[in-house]
Amino acid sequence: MQMTVVGATNDAPVEDEADVALRARSISAWYGTKLAIRDVSLDFRRHSISAIMGPSGCGKTTFLRCLNRIHESALGARTTGEVMLDGTNIYDPDVNPVVTRRRIGMVFQRPNPFPTMTIFENVVSGPRYTGLSGNPRELRDIAEEALRGAALFDEVKDKLDDPALSLSGGQQQRLCIARALAVQPEVLLMDEPTSALDPLSTLKIEELMEQLATAYTVVIVTHNLQQAARVSHYAAFMLGDADRVGSVIEYAPTQQIFTHPTDRRTEDYITGRFG
Amino acid sequence: MIAGARLAASRRVSGLVGVILTGFCSALAAGLLILILGYVVVQGWGAINPAFLTQLPHPVGVSGGGVANGIVGTLIIVALAMLMAVPVGVLTGLYLAIYGRGLTAECVRFLAEVLSGVPSIAIGLFAYTILVQPFRHFSGLSAAFAFAILMLPLMIRTSEEAIRGVPTAIREGALALGLPDYGGVIHVVLPAARPLIVTGLLLAIARVTGETAPLLFTAFGSEFWELNPGNPMATLAMQIFKYAISPYDDWHRQAWGGALLLILAVLVLNVGARWALRGRAKRS
Repeated sequence: MQMTVVGATNDAPVEDEADVALRARSISAWYGTKLAIRDVSLDFRRHSISAIMGPSGCGKTTFLRCLNRIHESALGARTTGEVMLDGTNIYDPDVNPVVTRRRIGMVFQRPNPFPTMTIFENVVSGPRYTGLSGNPRELRDIAEEALRGAALFDEVKDKLDDPALSLSGGQQQRLCIARALAVQPEVLLMDEPTSALDPLSTLKIEELMEQLATAYTVVIVTHNLQQAARVSHYAAFMLGDADRVGSVIEYAPTQQIFTHPTDRRTEDYITGRFG
Repeated sequence: MIAGARLAASRRVSGLVGVILTGFCSALAAGLLILILGYVVVQGWGAINPAFLTQLPHPVGVSGGGVANGIVGTLIIVALAMLMAVPVGVLTGLYLAIYGRGLTAECVRFLAEVLSGVPSIAIGLFAYTILVQPFRHFSGLSAAFAFAILMLPLMIRTSEEAIRGVPTAIREGALALGLPDYGGVIHVVLPAARPLIVTGLLLAIARVTGETAPLLFTAFGSEFWELNPGNPMATLAMQIFKYAISPYDDWHRQAWGGALLLILAVLVLNVGARWALRGRAKRS
């Protein structure tokens, strides 16, 4: 196995500029004084699924949380670098992170429906409380469309006013996807969305992701290699160094990264030698 | 072998003594409570009748009469205290749970703790100094102010714990939808924390309902229907005090009746606090 120059593949595999929906440039992130990721640059192709994989603690979730500026909501957390969304740097001082988050939706590791709300209230909470829409009929339509988009509508259409917590874990996660879709984002970030779910629920969400990619740019963090191989078009491999500072080792079309990884460490990881 | 058996026997004896001692003390503690409750019920039950609940106190020497103005006064004063303590307590709890860090938050937490240990009569004196002396007359409002200060530490502590108990993921879920920070707090975090906050509120109300010391020089007392908290007001606790130290049998009876009412109110509040927490295990 030949040695590769570190960083040589650290660039995006996306050739056409116009195809890039989201472009991260030199993202570094800190928790207090602890550097978590260093100099991460990745391009995400419009209407594709990009997976970020890597062992625990490599900073993949931290990086994802920098893409919608939610990382900085934790006390003492800090980010440097740029994230370009349609030609605008979302880290520009003039850009309001609250408005940015409406364009870049996020689904979390554990289903996090709002516990005091019904199914319906959860789905429309975005449009309702961001002032997008307060019209009851409009909200009904938004809810139906979002629930259909998350492949949940048929299961809940007769119990929209039931508590969200009465749903199963897998349904709750699709509810959270519907809730994210209801604010009509352009990008959907998914942080290990199936790691707390059973295999059947996982399958449903993976199938759903393929549909979502026809309309949204999906970025998914996963430590499940099979999942990355199954659902993604592009895959990045992140790894922490001796100080547990994460960076991107390799980024390529998924097919290529799983069959012809250019970096020894990527190969070691996907063949199960560590991680 | 024999030494071992003897050792085992002595251990068995000391174990038995332990069981008897702890059992006796537990029975004593529970028994005292039951004794007090039972005594108040026995003494007070006879005093409670429609007239007691709906009439004004009768003048000295005229038997009968009731504590209706005291009941209403207590309700008004506690309600006013609630209006003052809830916003301040919940917002302070919110600050401590989410935004406060370092020395400032630690100071606030420490001061709230100290405040919870300040004797209620000192707090009453404070209310007297700033709300009674300048206006030159006693008032229900000054009593409500004193009660609010008494409720505050408990409100702050339970609110902080309630809000801290809402998972960060829930708050981040709201942020991720593009809700501003305060939007997530108002629409998601506070509703999720509400059952615990309500429990804390009910316990805080139970704590002050029977307080008498601060009332001595704030609400003072009144023989009349007084619905204006700007004036001196009757309260149940003050009426009990006044009746109990009087030389009249009829008033003694009414004092027990009033005590029974207070104990029942506190009991209802405690049951209510448990009820507010119902089904919390299901949630998590």
